[in-house]
Amino acid sequence: MKKKWLSYPYIIWMLFFILIPLILVFFYSITIRTDEGLAFTLKQYKRFLEPIYIKVFIRSVYLALISTVLCLLLGYPMAMILAGRDFKKKNIMVLLFVIPMWMNFLLRTYAWMTLLERRGLINTFLSFIGLPSLNLLYTQEAVVLGMVYNFLPFMVLPIYSVLSKIDRQLIEAAEDLGANSFTIFRKIIFPLSLPGVTSGITMVFLPAVTTFVISRLLGGGQFTLIGNLIEQQFLYVGDWNFGSAISMIMMIVILLSMGVMSRYDKEHEGGGLW
Amino acid sequence: MVNRSLKKIYAILIYLFLYAPIIILVVFSFNASKSRGTWSGFTLKWYLELFRDRQIMKSLYYTMLVAILSSLIATIIGTAAAISIHKMKNFKKTIIMNLTYLPVVNPDIVTGLSLMILFIFTRFPLGFISLLLAHITFNIPYVILSVLPKLKQLDKHLYEAALDLGATPWYAYKKVILPEIMPGIITGLLLAFTLSVDDFVISFFTTGSGVSTLSITIYSMARRGINPKINALSTLLFLTVLLLLIIVNMRMSGESTKKEREI
Repeated sequence: MKKKWLSYPYIIWMLFFILIPLILVFFYSITIRTDEGLAFTLKQYKRFLEPIYIKVFIRSVYLALISTVLCLLLGYPMAMILAGRDFKKKNIMVLLFVIPMWMNFLLRTYAWMTLLERRGLINTFLSFIGLPSLNLLYTQEAVVLGMVYNFLPFMVLPIYSVLSKIDRQLIEAAEDLGANSFTIFRKIIFPLSLPGVTSGITMVFLPAVTTFVISRLLGGGQFTLIGNLIEQQFLYVGDWNFGSAISMIMMIVILLSMGVMSRYDKEHEGGGLW
Repeated sequence: MVNRSLKKIYAILIYLFLYAPIIILVVFSFNASKSRGTWSGFTLKWYLELFRDRQIMKSLYYTMLVAILSSLIATIIGTAAAISIHKMKNFKKTIIMNLTYLPVVNPDIVTGLSLMILFIFTRFPLGFISLLLAHITFNIPYVILSVLPKLKQLDKHLYEAALDLGATPWYAYKKVILPEIMPGIITGLLLAFTLSVDDFVISFFTTGSGVSTLSITIYSMARRGINPKINALSTLLFLTVLLLLIIVNMRMSGESTKKEREI
């Protein structure tokens, strides 16, 4: 039986609302409005290579990388604890881990504003014990903290789900053969958890590198990230051509890194030799 | 034993990190003074002010309306598409699935501004309708991705059997296929609803003046600094989420014990 027409509304919808808008972005990124009408140009892309913009790009990647590494370092042990057999109420522990994710992302970021603020709780505590108050909010560290706080579950959950599927017998066999716990981790647990690690890395790095909310609220607009740059171009400067070019660059970088990551994933799944 | 208590301490620290900001937000929503550092007595005045705030109440209304409408429409379009995609052959399927994954992997900011360009380019007024269209657009892929696995699990002889027994194709779909894939459809609907409520970036770019969602209102308030009304709002939203999750969890554990009894 053919039910082809059932997908037509969807195909038309996606053509109109996904494909055409992206083509428009591409179109804006390679054209410029002159007196004689539209002209083809690659000027916008060249402009991105100017030092100030390259600095923004490097800063975005750098902060996102630091956040990803911190998430991995903090999250991997947590995923192991959640997947392990040490605690009885594991379901509740996992649920407790998920609940903050259900709260609005902006509110989670806002919560840190109240903590880090000049007259916020941390500074009040510091002055209470006689220490000078610190400038915590509107710093680069605050931005990284916001990213780690918001995206930590994205790292923990994929690793947890891979770890909890590992066959216990593999570990038992290794124990029987005399491996110590460090060797078991190095030779069995960690290699088997790599698919979870790669998807965790992607799920933290991508939103971190494209965010403009965290940097705006916790960085106070001083630490322009690539997302802020795009937002500015479209909403305040009104330079759609340059904004589109930056978006295209960002999109290509992200699709490429996704491709690399998924390829890496497949090698591990399909190979199985190493 | 040492190992276990070490793990316990680590887990407690991580939970503290996750929950401390939320708990402090909740506690200070009852603080009489506007300054955050000091506690100056219990009050409910921020809650009263919250309910009197026309702008916040209006954005709550728009958030709910967009979430309900967009998740329902996306579920209908997405389910129909999934049924049809499931039947497609390799080449066509690959193309359509790539198109489906595009908004999922694309950064939200690019999806948002590309839609904004489309609306302005076609002189479509930015406002409630553009917001709704944008939400439907990013919701459909998630519905498809929740329904497709259920279709794959489906025994294809079921449908043929229904036809052999004299059902019309439409009747067979309604009575055999739809009930079988219902769990996937419900998952997709709930996922779409949650994503819609939670979305900020795409809404931010595709809405016009006068129409704002809760996320947008929170953003514009938070940008100006701390506001105790946001604390009150967070508390209410957090309690709602907590309550919903507890209900869902209880229902799920209830179902599983029922199943165990049946077995």
